[in-house]
Amino acid sequence: MKELICISCPRGCHLKVDEKTLEVTGNSCPRGKIYGISEVTNPVRIITSTVKISGASSPRVSVKTDKPIAKNKMFEVMKLLDKVELKSPVNIGDIVLSNILGTDVNIVVTKKM
Amino acid sequence: MIERELVIIGGGPAGLSAAYGAYQNGVKDILIIERDSRLGGILNQCIHNGFGLHKFKEELTGPEYAQRYIDLIQQTDVEVKSDTMVLDLTKDKIIHCISSEDGYQTIKAKAIILAMGCRERTRGAICIPGSRCAGIYTAGAAQKYCNIDGYLVGKKVVILGSGDIGLIMARRMVLEGATVAADVELCPYSNGLNRNVVQCLNDFNIPLYLSHTVTDIVSDEKNGRVSKVIISKVDENRKPIPGTETEIECDTLLLSVGLIPENELSQNAEIEIDPRTKGPIVYDNLETSVEGIFACGNVLHVHDLVDFVSLEAEKAGKKVAEYLNEGEKYATLIKVENREQVGYTVPQYIRKVNLDNDTVQISFRVRSPMKNKRIVLESEGKEIASFPRLHLAPSEMENIKIKKSKLRDVAVLSVSIKEMQR
Repeated sequence: MKELICISCPRGCHLKVDEKTLEVTGNSCPRGKIYGISEVTNPVRIITSTVKISGASSPRVSVKTDKPIAKNKMFEVMKLLDKVELKSPVNIGDIVLSNILGTDVNIVVTKKM
Repeated sequence: MIERELVIIGGGPAGLSAAYGAYQNGVKDILIIERDSRLGGILNQCIHNGFGLHKFKEELTGPEYAQRYIDLIQQTDVEVKSDTMVLDLTKDKIIHCISSEDGYQTIKAKAIILAMGCRERTRGAICIPGSRCAGIYTAGAAQKYCNIDGYLVGKKVVILGSGDIGLIMARRMVLEGATVAADVELCPYSNGLNRNVVQCLNDFNIPLYLSHTVTDIVSDEKNGRVSKVIISKVDENRKPIPGTETEIECDTLLLSVGLIPENELSQNAEIEIDPRTKGPIVYDNLETSVEGIFACGNVLHVHDLVDFVSLEAEKAGKKVAEYLNEGEKYATLIKVENREQVGYTVPQYIRKVNLDNDTVQISFRVRSPMKNKRIVLESEGKEIASFPRLHLAPSEMENIKIKKSKLRDVAVLSVSIKEMQR
């Protein structure tokens, strides 16, 4: 049994999810059930960070994964970002790394610099 | 002296949205004054996502959200003076500003929108005892060092306060290789949004100590930097309980203990300030006590979502356009009062004009978390309107709307939280 706080809306229901039967209790609406199941089967997150940039007004430019990626890959993603070095100009949406860690997720720039 | 129709002080989310709102409603001569070299304000360092869900129906990062408005502004004739600091503002709407490009200038405006935002409360503001050593930062300062300048401010971190910036920085520091030993919160509940507690603390197994505070800071004599903090449990009056002290080793203490609207300029212009919001007292058109000076965004009251800053600021822009076209509308006033469980209201006064067509929006925060209540508007003990809520929390600003036609005979409008009706 896993205990979670639902983040689908501000109400923050305290969910209990059975990891084997995927039964969700404590939710007040169907969205809580969906959230509860996805959190125990395949929790994903958007990762945001910064990478090096030269020739711009500051030494870092912000980036993100363009899709949510498995939660347990977060630190591997951070390692990949360590090696990236960009040159100004860059624009929002520019792909920095594509199909990272064998997924269809790309790292994209989020700041025009 | 330069003369302008509308000057907006601040080029963050409020200033940009206000400029766009004013331009859309026919104001053509608009100047934004920004002290930084870049527009977008605090959004530039808020690289996490979650912005824009209300406004653009998608999840954007801070810099992406800012760019949406910067692009809108660049399609207009709105002029921007960046790297320019406003030094003084007078009640006859004269702005004194300085920049390395133009030197010292005075600008006379027909209307002004205050959009200066807010700043963080510091260690001094909450009087934490102990060593005055290095290694103590506000969470937002640490965020700027990390996300803009590329420095990590510490390796083993304790965070005091569970405001959203503190929670966001807990995750950020861990992703960048630091450990976060604890988040310590004075209140018996978190002061940040639920999704931030889950995604920033729970995801990384960072313990959240509710009803606790930092009661001492101890430094390493050799390097003059914090080496541990002492935390204590607090009682229901938020006073530390002797005998409950615990030591936590750390080299950094981040403070996320609230935000204060930045109103030095407003005070120079003799604008009346509300001690509850620490922002200007405003009418329902967001005009302050000084005719022709309007306020919006975090300088008016601290918001939790930038989307609501943009909506409020666009409205301020629209109302400035009305003021410039139609002049000031003097009228009898309705006083808005905060009663049971309501911490403040914005606006504080409603003008009895356009009673047939206008709708008033009232924003406020509740004093403690509650479930299954109603927001009630009353006049002389008589209920005028009621809004049910499944959930209310101090970390989430409430907004309600009421038609002015319902307020025809009202002199004092009170806002309170009451039980659900059976």
